[in-house]
Amino acid sequence: MKKENIKLLAVTVAIFVTGLVMVYYVMENPTDSMVERMLSRENIWRAFREHLVIVGVSMAGALAVGIPGGILLSRPRFYYIGKVFENIVNIGQTVPSLAILALFYTILGLGFNTAVFAIWLYSILPILRNTFAGITSISDEVIESARGMGMTGRRILTRIELPLAAPIITAGIRTAIVINVGTATLATFIGAGGLGDLIVTGLSIRRNMIIITGAGLSALLAILLDFWIGQIKLRLVKW
Amino acid sequence: MIKIENLTKHFPGLDRPAVNKLSLEINEGEVCVLVGPSGCGKTTTMKMINRLHEPDEGEVYLNGKRASEMNQIDLRRGIGYVIQEIGLFPHMTIKENIATVPRELGWDRERINKRVRELLDLMGLDPEIYSDRRPAALSGGQRQRVGVARALAADPPVMLMDEPFAAVDPITRARLQNEFLRILDKMDKTIIFVTHDINEAIKMGDKIAVLREGELVQHSTPEELLDAPANEFVAQLVGRNRSIKRLHLIRVEDIIEEDADKYSVAAESGRKEIKDKLSESKVGALMVTDEQGCLLGRVDEQSLKKEGETAGELVDEIHDQVTADSTLNDSLSVMLESGEGYVPVVDEEKGFFRDIITLQDLLQEVRQG
Repeated sequence: MKKENIKLLAVTVAIFVTGLVMVYYVMENPTDSMVERMLSRENIWRAFREHLVIVGVSMAGALAVGIPGGILLSRPRFYYIGKVFENIVNIGQTVPSLAILALFYTILGLGFNTAVFAIWLYSILPILRNTFAGITSISDEVIESARGMGMTGRRILTRIELPLAAPIITAGIRTAIVINVGTATLATFIGAGGLGDLIVTGLSIRRNMIIITGAGLSALLAILLDFWIGQIKLRLVKW
Repeated sequence: MIKIENLTKHFPGLDRPAVNKLSLEINEGEVCVLVGPSGCGKTTTMKMINRLHEPDEGEVYLNGKRASEMNQIDLRRGIGYVIQEIGLFPHMTIKENIATVPRELGWDRERINKRVRELLDLMGLDPEIYSDRRPAALSGGQRQRVGVARALAADPPVMLMDEPFAAVDPITRARLQNEFLRILDKMDKTIIFVTHDINEAIKMGDKIAVLREGELVQHSTPEELLDAPANEFVAQLVGRNRSIKRLHLIRVEDIIEEDADKYSVAAESGRKEIKDKLSESKVGALMVTDEQGCLLGRVDEQSLKKEGETAGELVDEIHDQVTADSTLNDSLSVMLESGEGYVPVVDEEKGFFRDIITLQDLLQEVRQG
């Protein structure tokens, strides 16, 4: 097996094992009956599953909008709109994630859909911005020589622009996913569940073990997804 | 081959046209150099040939066909294109870079591989070493070579070159120019070559078109340009020292007499032979060659005072030489650098000693011109 594949496998297994050991430990050694009830296998799994769904749906949506959107804005005729958009995105990014959730709660009400929508919107920003920046930062000479050699616009996009922008685009996706997993822990405040349930409950009944379980699992999830995207980048970008 | 008729291009926001009613005819197999100060419209003119810019007025004809009526993509695939910063694709290997146009044309893998090897060989880059490297791992001169190879990949009859050798140091540039002319000699390409360097224009061009503010000032051979500049502007561009510029036009191999025997001794020759030949040599030195005829160094009166019996033992190192395809100007610079009144000439391909060229030879050429 190749060295890079061994690393991928080893780190993935290590993160899974850490998570499983942690869950097993807290289930076997509850400090009292309230902790035992909160940290039942069903309850942890439910919270984790809800978290995964929020992250999965909102990330898939963010990728589906952010990358094509960034590509579109990078086309010469939209370039100035793109620049304006980039600034709006930068401002949008300064709004705290909790505020975004609260804002959409006032408009869309409580529930899973609101959480997914708000987190989706929040995750688009870094992906869109980096796709735009990655493509527009390619030197004019490279694009001009591609055009001069008779490559079509579509071929230039798929063979030149996207591969050259790949490092910056993947960096945007990594930023987005870390923010996304973190923000999803706040979804509990608008009744969308997730690992935030454990953290908030733990806080209100002052049981550290519950807080640590919720926080630990979401951190491990963020580390794992970030690592995976980093690995995808390594395999895409060979130069 | 290429006919440019009344070509005009305005860019928005500028009061005068970048190119103004330019007409020019370029024959098949000819190197036509567009030269002029920056902003004279030379690059714009070139880019209207492969339609990276669309002309406002006028037309470009390629083999009698209107460029504006051809499919833009097909047109460009049939024209080799090298730009100033070369524009190699940094994420692709050298092989992939060179294979760009063939791949767009849908060649099969085997044909592409064969062509890439052929071109790397032609450019003097070992395919085993360079095929799978990326542009960042190459020197400036090597990148320029790859850029030229990439433009030649699909064997286009026409090449457009926008200051292809501008981004390298003067020594590498002179070498690339010589190499390129040698390669061109074996092919039948029509070339539009853009430069702002009049010396490069004189050296590279069969014909030179001088442009100023989007208009054609003079279109003639380099010799005519030097002898009869059309107006004050061209005279200034060409500069005062025209006789020195003329040295760009003549190659060393055109004036040497192939007197290798007279000026060289074999490494195994003894003192007596060296002494005899030295008295005959007009430069007071002899080149020492190995059995293949390659240059090992030189011997003169000073070396004879050293210990040793054969030329191979007495030899002094020599650092300066020119290839037979260099221009007289190249050899003049080498002589000035080395401080000697002569420089040995070696074959550009096989490396064997061919003759020496002296300052007197150069003076004679200038006087004749």
